[in-house]
Amino acid sequence: MSHLATTDAPTTPEPTPAPAPAKPAAKDTGDTGRVFNVFSHGFLFIWGALVTIPLIWAVIQSFKTDTEIINDPLGLPDQWLWGAFGRAWTKGHIGEFFFNTVLVLIGGVGLTMLLGSMAAYVLARYPFRGNRAVYWMFVAGLTMPIYLGILPLYLTVDNVANALGLGEVIGLSTHLGLILVYVAYSLPFTVFFLHAFFRTLPSSIAEAASVDGAGHVRLFFQVMMPMAKPGLIGIGIFNVIGQWNQFILPTVIMKDEDKRLLTQGLLELATNARYETDFARLFAGMTLAMLPILAVYLIFHRQVQSGLTGATLK
Amino acid sequence: MSFGRARFIFGFLVAPIVLYAVYVLYPYGQTAYYSVTDFSGFSPDYSYVGFGNYVELFSDDVFLRALGHNVVVLTVYPVVTILLALFFAFMLNVGGRGDKAGVRGVRGSSVYKFIFFFPQVLSIAIVAVIWRRVFQSNDGGMINSLLMKLGLVDKDKPLLFLAESDSVFPPIHIGNFVFEAPVVLVCLILIAIWGGVGFYLILFSAAMQSIPKDIFEAATLDGATRVQTFFRVTLPLLREHVSVAWVYLGIAALDFYALVVGMTPGPGGGGPNDASQVMSSYMMSNAFRPARFDSFAFACAMGVSIAILTLLFAAAQLRITRSRDKLEF
Repeated sequence: MSHLATTDAPTTPEPTPAPAPAKPAAKDTGDTGRVFNVFSHGFLFIWGALVTIPLIWAVIQSFKTDTEIINDPLGLPDQWLWGAFGRAWTKGHIGEFFFNTVLVLIGGVGLTMLLGSMAAYVLARYPFRGNRAVYWMFVAGLTMPIYLGILPLYLTVDNVANALGLGEVIGLSTHLGLILVYVAYSLPFTVFFLHAFFRTLPSSIAEAASVDGAGHVRLFFQVMMPMAKPGLIGIGIFNVIGQWNQFILPTVIMKDEDKRLLTQGLLELATNARYETDFARLFAGMTLAMLPILAVYLIFHRQVQSGLTGATLK
Repeated sequence: MSFGRARFIFGFLVAPIVLYAVYVLYPYGQTAYYSVTDFSGFSPDYSYVGFGNYVELFSDDVFLRALGHNVVVLTVYPVVTILLALFFAFMLNVGGRGDKAGVRGVRGSSVYKFIFFFPQVLSIAIVAVIWRRVFQSNDGGMINSLLMKLGLVDKDKPLLFLAESDSVFPPIHIGNFVFEAPVVLVCLILIAIWGGVGFYLILFSAAMQSIPKDIFEAATLDGATRVQTFFRVTLPLLREHVSVAWVYLGIAALDFYALVVGMTPGPGGGGPNDASQVMSSYMMSNAFRPARFDSFAFACAMGVSIAILTLLFAAAQLRITRSRDKLEF
């Protein structure tokens, strides 16, 4: 990302008009450049404002009283009240929703990465009869929208869990059940992406390790996984965001109220009539949900941006 | 060794394949299977009914409206998002002041990128709930109260936004199909654009930066202005990226479920009067709120239709825009 560094750096002081005519390269600089610059900043600033204003507005609402929210939606609060945050955490169950979401996310992304890289590695580097068939089976899943499977999925999760006698473990409304479903639906893209990545790794190091007596499993975990780290990070971020934003899968599978994820919980908070009397709590819940994302994004935004867009272009 | 190798291959593949087959492939197959039956979702007694569900689907008024809505989203959302993203990426990368070294990116471009991209990492539920309030159809909504303060909107006649089912242009009827753009649908498209531009901007911006500087220098030496450079040099080199963006946006346009459920009135979303119903939302509300005994099978037929339309779109899109000559730098 060395290019980024150059564009982000403050530009050198503006050129004096005098040397401009000397080089044709300077034709488009000077005055036109300045006008252009003002235009660019103007447009960029407007879009930036459009993105941030609704978010900031929502945050400010959470400090107001309900009367203020209804009668003066644009104003600042007379007194900055913090009570709504406490109410959102306890009565709005934001804490629980958040815990559920993080739990599923850690399990889901962790398992996706493990199983996805295992499958991708074997398919990329071990020729065997049926290899291409398995690979295309995974890639075929990329082309199908989730709506093709979503209705029977509910029945499948229920039936599989009951048939195995694991209804309480991987059945409907269980964290592990949702994790397995997340993993299954994340596998096509993960396998597809990492397959391409493992193919590019040099064979010489793998051969050297084999000669040194490393078995297949050790070779994978101790040699190939570390070498594939950039690819793993990219697809890992992609999966974190994908599973964090997942909406329809938890809606279908997590039916129990105390197992709800943040997405469902927030919508519940917004649509359910019994919460409508406490607007500040709704906004505070929203703010609480946004804060951790903002924190993580502040730290990792470069990796997130390059990882997500890189993964998209594969 | 060869026994160990076979065992290794099997050991590494068995778990992913089983998970994928059970939770992805099997339900796909089941949807296709149930779509030609009269399965209710509960009763084990059902029978084969051929393609009856599909025939009914294409005489179902609400489904045809929903399909029309998807088509409207499909034509508007990708184009506007890509144009805005390209525009802002251009502004970020060549909008800066020029100096002897040529044209630069604007100052603070990483701050802009940070902000523009943020909606992408916000959960769709947060986006939906906040925008519900922004678009609220009384003086408590952000936009309404702002416009009232500015005196642009009468206090007794607030803009309805998400509660408005009238189309912004007169509905066009083609056979059984209806094309219309109800205000509520337009609002949803606006929010989708609001959330999507940042992502594609980063995508295009990264692509622009990977174009070697000497290409731009050569263009500038030949006397090309920034705008000419953009249209004649940058844009053709971004063809591949635009094409990828188009496919992703198109697939998102055929989905739209989360926004509809999160923002629009009516049980399961889609209101008012089905004005914001899209195929996915209609399918989901059909399956879980049975209006007929075989509604599950009927919804499965919709699921298959969505899949077929998505595949057709992606195939057509890739065929049209696949670049004939790929440039390597």
